[in-house]
Amino acid sequence: MVDFFWQTLWPIIIILAQSVLLLVALLIFIAYILLADRKIWAAVQMRRGPNVVGPFGLLQSFADLLKFVLKEPIIPAGANKGVFLLAPLVTCVLALAAWAVIPVHPGWSIAEINVGILYIFAISSLTVYGVIMAGWASNSKYPFLAALRSAAQMVSYEVSIGFVIITVLLCAGSLNLTKIVEAQNGPWGMFQWYWLPLLPMFVVFYISALAETNRPPFDLVEAESELVAGFMVEYSSTPYLLFMLGEYVAIVTMCAMGTILFLGGWLPPFDVAPFNWLPGIVWFVIKVCFMFFLFAMAKAIVPRYRYDQLMRLGWKVFLPLSLVMVVAVAAVLHFTGWAPK
Amino acid sequence: MTVPAFFFYLFSAVAVASAFMVIAGRNPVHSVLWLILTFVNAAGLFLLIGAEFLAMILVVVYVGAVAVLFLFVVMMLDVDFAELREGFLQYLPIGALVGLVFLVELVLVVGTWAVGPGIASAIKAPIPNASQVTNTEAIGRVLYTTYVHYFQIAGLVLLVAMIGAIVLTLHHRVNVKRQNISSQNARTRDTAIEVVKVKTGEGI
Repeated sequence: MVDFFWQTLWPIIIILAQSVLLLVALLIFIAYILLADRKIWAAVQMRRGPNVVGPFGLLQSFADLLKFVLKEPIIPAGANKGVFLLAPLVTCVLALAAWAVIPVHPGWSIAEINVGILYIFAISSLTVYGVIMAGWASNSKYPFLAALRSAAQMVSYEVSIGFVIITVLLCAGSLNLTKIVEAQNGPWGMFQWYWLPLLPMFVVFYISALAETNRPPFDLVEAESELVAGFMVEYSSTPYLLFMLGEYVAIVTMCAMGTILFLGGWLPPFDVAPFNWLPGIVWFVIKVCFMFFLFAMAKAIVPRYRYDQLMRLGWKVFLPLSLVMVVAVAAVLHFTGWAPK
Repeated sequence: MTVPAFFFYLFSAVAVASAFMVIAGRNPVHSVLWLILTFVNAAGLFLLIGAEFLAMILVVVYVGAVAVLFLFVVMMLDVDFAELREGFLQYLPIGALVGLVFLVELVLVVGTWAVGPGIASAIKAPIPNASQVTNTEAIGRVLYTTYVHYFQIAGLVLLVAMIGAIVLTLHHRVNVKRQNISSQNARTRDTAIEVVKVKTGEGI
């Protein structure tokens, strides 16, 4: 019995404790990312943004949380009740599940698996179900249109993200996220991270990540001027909160993925003092914040795309470009002998 | 009971139950959702036997892409359920025949496994030691060397299928205005803007 406890139950308890710790840290981070999004947006438009709750509006996200939780959830009479309530849960749980493999510091990930990047890719390809289920179960016109749009949009941009990941894998020689970060370590510091050698792929990844997470300028799924709020029209209260939460977690996941693939994860820009005094997790958070700043600025300054142009960009520009880059990178690695053993 | 055994029974029980719900469900959209749950649990079973690459590819390809298109089509179909149920008996013989063929094939596969000579050694031979190479690397080593021709033929079959689907569905309607992207991007201030002096009360 004692053996059973130490060999079976104890590791499970450890993993649970780690997961809870990560979730709490992540959710608090999300609360401030949400605030930062609104503040940056406001600053671009020369407004002040949220500034009433707490000093500088720092507690705004928590006030919003309370407001959503205390409101009454309304389920439309014609809705398919089970699927309707399942959809926000699916969105939120899937977005959070991706964080199981993300290493924020050397050795700090809940599951160190060999196919880490494929796991994240698989999870992010599942997030489309939250939108489709919500759109269908609402039994209403606009949500359904949004669901159709999102299904096409997210599947299209996944293709180019897949090819971007392949180019990085060719250079790193591993699907393990920790090894991908370590492969970017070298004497050249930040100029050896993959953003510079694979610059076109970094741009493609950034734009595809915007489309994959339904961020502006690709937020046609919830375009308020045509579809009111897209698939979220019929949602209120906690289910709506779960959608918002899942959306922002997915955005931060994409930022973390960009950090790991292109910005050297937890590595300091140069391995000299004072840069390497800071622990790896601080650098990781700084890079994720930088990526998010790019996301937030795109929301503030770029107008929304038209749907046919969105599809054209995905299939006729990014797909051929990333395909050619996969061939080019593979050829360069092969003929120069730089390919990882 | 060990942890892997627990998860094996969990995944298989859920997979079997949701596979049953796929055919028992009355709403086709619910059926597709149950089918997705079956896929995910099958991926979990792959993980348990150490085939992590196959598990992830199953999720990416079947759940992330194929089932989305499935759901897409089923949601848009306007199915009359009463009519569907009336035709049930009519299609029963052919459905039973297909089911029977599947059953026989399954039995044959399992049967060969049990009685076939030399299968056990053939299974063991090509697998490198799991402690030395990762799952993905082991597949990559044989896929692009020993089985490269099969791989290429499979790719060609998919290409032909894709071109066939495009040819069947692509209609070029004549009276539709289309945007010419390159001419749109080539527009400059000189070609797009014209300054006109308009006399008051006369119009252009």
